Amino acid sequence: MIRSEAKRAARERAAQLMGVFTSAGAQPVEADLLLPAETLLDLYGEDIRARAYVTSDPLRGEMMLRPDFTVPVVQMHMAGGAEPARYTYAGEVFRRQETDLTRPNEYLQVGLELFGGDPAEADAEVFALIAEALAPLRLRAVIGDIGILMAAVQGLSTSEDRRQALLRHIWRPRRFRAMLERFGGHGMRRRPPLPDPDTLEEPVGKRTAREVAERLEAIRRDAETPPIAAHEVALIDSLLGLRETAPNVLAALRDIAVDLPMISTAVDRLAARLDALVARGIDVEGLAFEGSYGRTSMEYYDGFVFGFSSQDRPDLAPVATGGRYDALTRVLGQGREIPAVGGVIRPGLLARMGDAP
Amino acid sequence: MSLKLAIPSKGRLMEKTLDWFGARGITLRKAGSEREYAGVVEGVEGVELVLMSAGEMPRDLGSGRIHLGVTGSDVVRERLANWDQQVRAVAPMGFGGADLVIAVPRGWVDVDTLDDLDAAAARFRRTHGHRLRIATKYHRLTREFLREHGVADYALVDSQGATEGTVKNETAEAISDITSTGETLRANGLKVLSDGLIHASQATLFKSRAAPWGEAQRATLKLLEERLGV
Repeated sequence: MIRSEAKRAARERAAQLMGVFTSAGAQPVEADLLLPAETLLDLYGEDIRARAYVTSDPLRGEMMLRPDFTVPVVQMHMAGGAEPARYTYAGEVFRRQETDLTRPNEYLQVGLELFGGDPAEADAEVFALIAEALAPLRLRAVIGDIGILMAAVQGLSTSEDRRQALLRHIWRPRRFRAMLERFGGHGMRRRPPLPDPDTLEEPVGKRTAREVAERLEAIRRDAETPPIAAHEVALIDSLLGLRETAPNVLAALRDIAVDLPMISTAVDRLAARLDALVARGIDVEGLAFEGSYGRTSMEYYDGFVFGFSSQDRPDLAPVATGGRYDALTRVLGQGREIPAVGGVIRPGLLARMGDAP
Repeated sequence: MSLKLAIPSKGRLMEKTLDWFGARGITLRKAGSEREYAGVVEGVEGVELVLMSAGEMPRDLGSGRIHLGVTGSDVVRERLANWDQQVRAVAPMGFGGADLVIAVPRGWVDVDTLDDLDAAAARFRRTHGHRLRIATKYHRLTREFLREHGVADYALVDSQGATEGTVKNETAEAISDITSTGETLRANGLKVLSDGLIHASQATLFKSRAAPWGEAQRATLKLLEERLGV
């Protein structure tokens, strides 16, 4: 298929998928191709420069070529008042590539975003609508739940500083692992004696001696904090290592919750979500759950996460991904917040899998 | 068809390159006037000498406009994606040594490692409402290094010169820059993080993988490598 035909096929497929979502009551929306870089940089950090195209003009400053729709759609929605709503969209996203020429730098996304409503119901609805839209294809679905991991970290019996440090790196698995081991008493750094906070010289630059003193105090506090108990570290490990069918995972999580009661609410949410999925006709018995799913993606997911991949073409990226991003609405909401969940499909990949609309 | 060898067009890097080749029996000379950016090679047949800015060499090595080029390993790694797939380091030349390092104010007695920098960046952002700024011209090397080590909540700000001064001027809180002796860093109240070495750079003879390597050029390269003992 020549390039322009492939593009047209993907676009037609996108229109058809969007039709599935509008039939479910979603309102079609558009987003700018050029987004203010600052918002995205603040959300994702400097790493996004490696994955998104940055450009600029002298009036608006740095702009980014849309790397995804979720952020502009959330911004638009929150600016309009954070009421319950459902949106769909279709359009190109652009991803800068630094190492792999075979990965596409622009492709179509069709998305669905639900704001408000009962979280379990909304999670199940997004998942079921995407499953329905993709129905004839042989796809393998995987679900996960970043919220359970976050709850587990919040439940660790250690200092608030350490819990916050771990939460901050939940999307950086290697860093998280190193930190957890250090807080577990392995490879704790031996520091030279710390200077007296009262004798500090004012450093050059904007960070003041007072800030240095405050952090010295935090380091002292941390040195006195006992290691996180081995059995708690092991519980986090077992959460991350979960790879089973959803019902088996739920049973395992119930067991873990006996020792880590802080995750009980999040586990209840998973149970409610699975019930809601069953009510929508999803075969939950065979649905795969992975404890680490969604931790390395660029997204801002903090609860339910899911993905659909080709069973016949494991070399392809997932054809659909999504998740819950409650915190993102708070960050972009300027004082408002609303629970939200969404997902995207890549129609170009569907075409490459040989599916006909 | 001759083999194109590019060397830096001015300064100490050029002088040292001439010395390095000279010590191995190959004389490189500028042709004609001082201002001309072409040269003469004596001691081996079939080599055409080109003089160019060391900073532009990665581009021409990548595109294959030159077969061989002498430049710093830092600029090659910064400017060429998958640099080792585009060029091969034929010989490290033992001069032009400089370290690309992360440096912070000496008064930050709480910050000695990248872990500290990450923790300080998180606090800095909470206190000041913006990410901790790191001034550099080595954007990619710095970003990859910091990602590798899990440092978050920083922002890179571009600085094409006098980077050590950006902290005092409060346009950045830390820097990622080249240093050979550390003198300028100290003079500006900065210190290098104990694990802040991003790359130890030196002048290197690179071979372009994309250049047209015909039989003649391959034979010339072989001869050249024998003469240079690399």
